Amino acid sequence: MNLLLVLPILIPFLTAVTALLAWHNRLLQRRINVAGASLHFAVALGLLASVSRDGIQVTQIGNWPAPFGITLVADLFSAIMVTMTGLMGLTVAVYSLGTIDARRESFGYYALLHTLLMGVSGAFLTGDMFNLYVWFEVMLIASFVLMALGGAKEQLEGALKYVTINLVSSALFLTSVGVLYSVTGTLNMADLARRVSSGTIDPGLTTVLAMMFLVTFGIKAALFPLFFWLPASYHTPPIAITALFSGLLTKVGVYALVRVFTLIFVHDVAFTHSLLMVIAGLTMVTGVLGAVAQMEMRRLLSFHIISQIGYLLMGLALFTELALAGTIFFMVHVIIAKSALFLVSGLVRRVAGSYHLKELGGLYRSNTGLATLFFVPAMALAGIPPLSGFWAKLTLVRAGLEIEDYAIVAVSLAVSILTLFSMTKIWAEVFWKDRSESSDPPKPLSPFQRHSLLIPAVWLAALTVLIGVGAEPILDLAMDAAAQLHDPSAYIRAVLGGGAV
Amino acid sequence: MEVVLAVVIGALYAAGLYMMLRRSYVKVVIGLALLSYAASLLIFTVNGVTRGRPPLVPEGALRPPEPFADPLPQALILTAIVIGFGVQAFTVVLFKRTYQATETDDLDAIRSTEHHKKPGVPASISGAREG
Repeated sequence: MNLLLVLPILIPFLTAVTALLAWHNRLLQRRINVAGASLHFAVALGLLASVSRDGIQVTQIGNWPAPFGITLVADLFSAIMVTMTGLMGLTVAVYSLGTIDARRESFGYYALLHTLLMGVSGAFLTGDMFNLYVWFEVMLIASFVLMALGGAKEQLEGALKYVTINLVSSALFLTSVGVLYSVTGTLNMADLARRVSSGTIDPGLTTVLAMMFLVTFGIKAALFPLFFWLPASYHTPPIAITALFSGLLTKVGVYALVRVFTLIFVHDVAFTHSLLMVIAGLTMVTGVLGAVAQMEMRRLLSFHIISQIGYLLMGLALFTELALAGTIFFMVHVIIAKSALFLVSGLVRRVAGSYHLKELGGLYRSNTGLATLFFVPAMALAGIPPLSGFWAKLTLVRAGLEIEDYAIVAVSLAVSILTLFSMTKIWAEVFWKDRSESSDPPKPLSPFQRHSLLIPAVWLAALTVLIGVGAEPILDLAMDAAAQLHDPSAYIRAVLGGGAV
Repeated sequence: MEVVLAVVIGALYAAGLYMMLRRSYVKVVIGLALLSYAASLLIFTVNGVTRGRPPLVPEGALRPPEPFADPLPQALILTAIVIGFGVQAFTVVLFKRTYQATETDDLDAIRSTEHHKKPGVPASISGAREG
């Protein structure tokens, strides 16, 4: 039993339980929250180090041999995603200290936050389709409550839409899992990969299953045309929650898509991955066009989440080693840059009292530091060198040119320009133009609040610079992870043991 | 038996989807419940309905004699029912709270997340105007 694989799930669970036990003591809950999140991040880093040193790590829960029991697997891609979960968990845990009001805190905010982290880590680590469904549900129920917690009218309306669409997706997931089991007779992902590639299963049926999973995960990942719930709900809860959701939840959907479309459904790449390519292009374009039309910062950024999902899918659809590395690099970049932008928009709200572009202005003059803090991740998102987004997009574009798929390359570059345009729109409206009307001065921040708001935002912005400047080691890591995804025989061998392939 | 169950499952999915398309969200909750029942029954049926053949391994044998009822789909359904029950309980409470906050159960009237409020207009006023 490899403890490193279990701890990223166990630590958030224990943190949530202890936070619940400290129900009446808000201060204690805050301390448990930070301690738990730090420990989670440390363990995730340990897992990443162990996987990159010793290769794919596998644990059979209860010592039931695969494919009969539940398997936890960490290949490099999983380990990178768990590390990002730990990073975002810690960042948001600190940011929450200064932004989440006392009422939400005493109604179990921190317990829910860590339950969400547990669900996300579990989804990244499991090697079993039904277990993946269970982790999705753990993650969803925590996110439902986090979205509705506080009970503002807007939040409840957003939660209503979010809950409904996600329950439909869960019902579809369950249906797909049931049919998958009846067709293949197994739910272990490695065993599924082996049986599908053995050719004993009707490829037509496999394609139908692939499409069912595409719709299921497509709803969670907010792909075109299944994304309407995202801009209708993501901007409603407090900004710390929005930042966490934008960083992790849709990415779990993308992770699941990458996992099934590199490991299991690779029997008819000409059809499935061409379809993914079309969806990727449309997702990028509709997302960014939606963003261009928005005047509210959180809604604008929500539409950008959709557009960035298109880039992640583009790498999967190109389906070469370099392209998959691009997807992984882009994933790391977009989780950091997008969450940083949400955190900064929260800061803007604290300083200037609004999220609406028309009501803001003049922040560059009054608060140059904040303007810089916005500028860095915004330019990273648009893909300006030497920041992280540039290398991510460069890798994807190079992969596209290598297999001469010029259409998607052209689309991705055009969408990049539109991204830059909408980032400059925020820049011009919020930071540059003169403020038309003077509104009430903002509530002064206590020094503690100041730090808990600033440190996470500065830390994420600094990471986008660091990843941009020191892209080489991270790209190498992404290449190794992509090699494992592109040739799943090592994964299958690690799970099922020696002579399985 | 499978044919009857297949028709029942089809009817459940159809009814669930129909209810989900209604404007009242009380009906949407019912639709969600029907969908999850349909999914559970589908798992049960699609994996083969075997009567009176428990998967017991006789002494000395390595596997139960064919045909036997596969216990795994039933375990899946059990898990799904438990999860579905919890989620539906939450949904009912959420919808009740939403009803208290918006005083309508018409989904078409719930649009305050779609537009930004006009500057200076409190949420309650702009909500009332739109409702």
